[in-house]
Amino acid sequence: MSADDLLALTAAQAAEASARGELARDELFELYRERAFADRAAGAAGLNCFTWVAEDVPAGAGGAERAPLGGVPLAVKDLFCTRGVPSQSGSRILEGYLPPYTAHAVERLADAGAPLLAKTNQDEFAMGSSTENSAFGPSLNPWDRERVPGGSSGGSAAAVAAGLAPWALGTDTGGSIRQPAALCGVVGLKPTYGAVSRYGMIAFASSLDQAGPLTRDVRDCALLLAHMVGRDPCDATSLEPREEIALPSAEDLEGIRFGVPEELAAEGIEDGVLASFRASLERARELGAEVHDVHLPHAPHALSAYYVLAPAEASSNLARFDGVRYGLRVDGRDLLDMYTRTRHDGFGREVKRRIMLGTYALSSGYYDAYYGRAQRVRTKIADDFREAFELVDFIVTPTAPSVAFRLGEKTADPLAMYLNDYCTVPMSLAGIPAISIPCGLSEGLPVGFQIAGPAFSENRLFEVAHALEGSFEFDGAQARV
Amino acid sequence: MSDSRADGLEPVIGLEIHVQLRTRTKMFCGCELSFGEPPNVHTCAVCLGLPGSLPVANAGAVHYGLMIGLALECELAPRSIFHRKNYFYPDLPKGYQISQYDEPLCRGGRLGEVRIHRVHLEEDAAKLVHVGASGRIHGSDVSVVDFNRGGTPLAEIVTEPDLRSPEQASEWLKLLRTTLRALGVSDVNMEEGSLRCDANISLRPAGSDAFGTKTELKNMNSFRFIERGIRAEIERQRAVIGGGGVLEQETLHFDPASGTITSLRSKEEAHDYRYFPEPDLLPVAIDEEMIERARAALPELPAARAQRLELTLGLSAESARLLAFRAELGDFFEAALAGDADPAPPPQALANWITGELVSRLDDGADPADSKVQARALAELVGIASAGGVSVGAARQVLDRLVAQGGSDPQAIIDAEGLAAIGGGDELEAIVRAALAANADAAERVRGGNAKAIGPIIGHVMRETKGRADGAEVTRLVHEQLGI
Repeated sequence: MSADDLLALTAAQAAEASARGELARDELFELYRERAFADRAAGAAGLNCFTWVAEDVPAGAGGAERAPLGGVPLAVKDLFCTRGVPSQSGSRILEGYLPPYTAHAVERLADAGAPLLAKTNQDEFAMGSSTENSAFGPSLNPWDRERVPGGSSGGSAAAVAAGLAPWALGTDTGGSIRQPAALCGVVGLKPTYGAVSRYGMIAFASSLDQAGPLTRDVRDCALLLAHMVGRDPCDATSLEPREEIALPSAEDLEGIRFGVPEELAAEGIEDGVLASFRASLERARELGAEVHDVHLPHAPHALSAYYVLAPAEASSNLARFDGVRYGLRVDGRDLLDMYTRTRHDGFGREVKRRIMLGTYALSSGYYDAYYGRAQRVRTKIADDFREAFELVDFIVTPTAPSVAFRLGEKTADPLAMYLNDYCTVPMSLAGIPAISIPCGLSEGLPVGFQIAGPAFSENRLFEVAHALEGSFEFDGAQARV
Repeated sequence: MSDSRADGLEPVIGLEIHVQLRTRTKMFCGCELSFGEPPNVHTCAVCLGLPGSLPVANAGAVHYGLMIGLALECELAPRSIFHRKNYFYPDLPKGYQISQYDEPLCRGGRLGEVRIHRVHLEEDAAKLVHVGASGRIHGSDVSVVDFNRGGTPLAEIVTEPDLRSPEQASEWLKLLRTTLRALGVSDVNMEEGSLRCDANISLRPAGSDAFGTKTELKNMNSFRFIERGIRAEIERQRAVIGGGGVLEQETLHFDPASGTITSLRSKEEAHDYRYFPEPDLLPVAIDEEMIERARAALPELPAARAQRLELTLGLSAESARLLAFRAELGDFFEAALAGDADPAPPPQALANWITGELVSRLDDGADPADSKVQARALAELVGIASAGGVSVGAARQVLDRLVAQGGSDPQAIIDAEGLAAIGGGDELEAIVRAALAANADAAERVRGGNAKAIGPIIGHVMRETKGRADGAEVTRLVHEQLGI
């Protein structure tokens, strides 16, 4: 197969070709390794998708003929711990950190035949919506290099969109898989909370963090997820799935009821995005779906609750970066001075901002007013979804309120940046699965269509997304480098 | 028990006890517990707080926690949750300790005269070793961390402020230790740190229900230091109040070497631990089956044992308590009773001999099972003495031999040493007659109604018989011969 032919294959197609013996040993890995390496070597001329690229084909990578994922290499977000490979969570404070173990999900995927190709760039500790908060410089959007790829899993999204990796892992806390998937024109899924082990993911907000796939299409997404899910004894919050993840095949939406929440699909959404979203609803109707108005009355408060809960957990999760055992240490006069200097120099502005927010929210005397109240809002939001799912099968919204914005456009205004998560945060707080698939272009840039379902409805979500994907006929190939 | 004095102030003391649980593995990871191994050999990603690692609660520790809760008559929470207690210190690798806060495993309860406030589970910190002069972090040249201890399961037991003196605090803590030892949940060794105790101390006018300003005294790592530390702090508070000063709520450090108390931090400097529910762990859900399993694992506890010894063996309350609260004495007592000694000792006499004569011949706190004295031999000795086969004084001499040399046959010692009691026969009558003759004045006074005057006469008999005569029998013979 020629390089162009190989590049045109989706991951699932490549895995199938591998199973049929049509791909030579290591051929795919070497192709992508060279492409990823070239991006890294190009420096400012590249997309800056990667923080590390494999130098060699890992032993046994291409030998995974019998493994279900066929040796199709995987790009992995920086914050997944990978043994002996830099795992820095986009932060100066972990620069060069080499973990002694590999994250559960990454290990399982490697065992299933998806060897580690590269580590991808991200916002520092997954805090951000543009990858501009990375200590290692922003990644660029392959659709327009003056624009951001979204974040925090921006490196993963850009790499898949640009054809620098066949598929990738990201993590989603408030939208960090879905929003970059939307901005880069790829498919991204945040699974049900607990579906995938968090063991080995450098934590941002433990009660929200979930690993998930970023892929070219819905089948790839299902295939990758199928080998990630499952109870892990090392993650007390992980759950055994009720059913195996199957590859989707649906081509229509007969009998499917979509609910459009006015709260998340009108005000604050860019006109072009809204137009694309409404056109997508039309296609859904053509496929047989019913489209209803539903209400998520507490959804408008989701962002406020999220920006209490996530920073509160983060302020505690990031306390371990103290210069004592690993990572950056800046010596000082005494212990406190060492702590202060290390964390001053090691953390970026946004991370410090959220540590301060979270520390404040948990402080004695403020806990009930902030953390306690935010938890109550979270419960209400979960109730809203539960009630909505009694009326409809899925909730659909635009994934992000805008298409990819320009580098630097929102860095000075944290609140404007936070609004990127407006449509994705409610599902995170409710712990339910949501997928973003590209549904069209606005101003020549991809628009994402988000579908959310009840907990552990991933299989049905994939079927619906698969049917819509066929109808949208989005052409992602134009972004490949 | 109260320690109030002329100033009318009464100490009010509550204890916070940390107990290292003797589970196979640590509280939140699979590392084995450490017992003096080289530093940092029992560590993993979890207990080192490496990025990405997650805790999983140890079911064995929950089981032990429930056993403690049942033993202390606590209410067991059907659902309790772990919280994060956030603070920075090099012995705390995650920057927070996983502990329990407002929903602990056990609430309420009682042990002896002291009410239990709560019992909860948490993880131990690592061990800091300060290399340099002071042995504390300030002024040391280098501090190094040994993470072997980090993550060891702890049960924290908090009492209500029901104690009123340093001695009572120390005595009660011994009862708690005995109870925990009987449960088998901990080594409960204060010197090795598997049992640690802080005290909350305040003073108030005796009889008042109000509480004074309290201080928290830390680092009392032996029973002796507990008494000394609490006493020193009470004296310090008395002096402050007596001098018209105002006590400050603060955390204090007791230095056992110098006996001095220094301030660790004031109320203003108190940490804000920013507790919040640990999102990496699910709530601990306790069901009937778990409670039943914990109940089934409970041995007989000291309080129940005391009751049994009192009711079924007819021991005095005091003896029953002494034997039950020092389990090693109780075990020795029951082993001696079970040893089919011939003649069999009356239980109360045996209890008296063990808690009195035997304990006084052993090192402080020693387990008689570790001595040369065989339980069955002691039982037989007490049996012989009780049957009048040997006098008390002679039996004491036999016990001296058993303590020094061991041996299984006290009768053989009695025979070999000629210690057998001189019975009521002619021999003793003759010795008594001679004693009366030699102490004619005393004999007259006894006849005249002065009972105390019998002393020199009995002394004479005892000298003559080398203590083999039974005192009561001698008295009877004296009275008989004097015709009274």
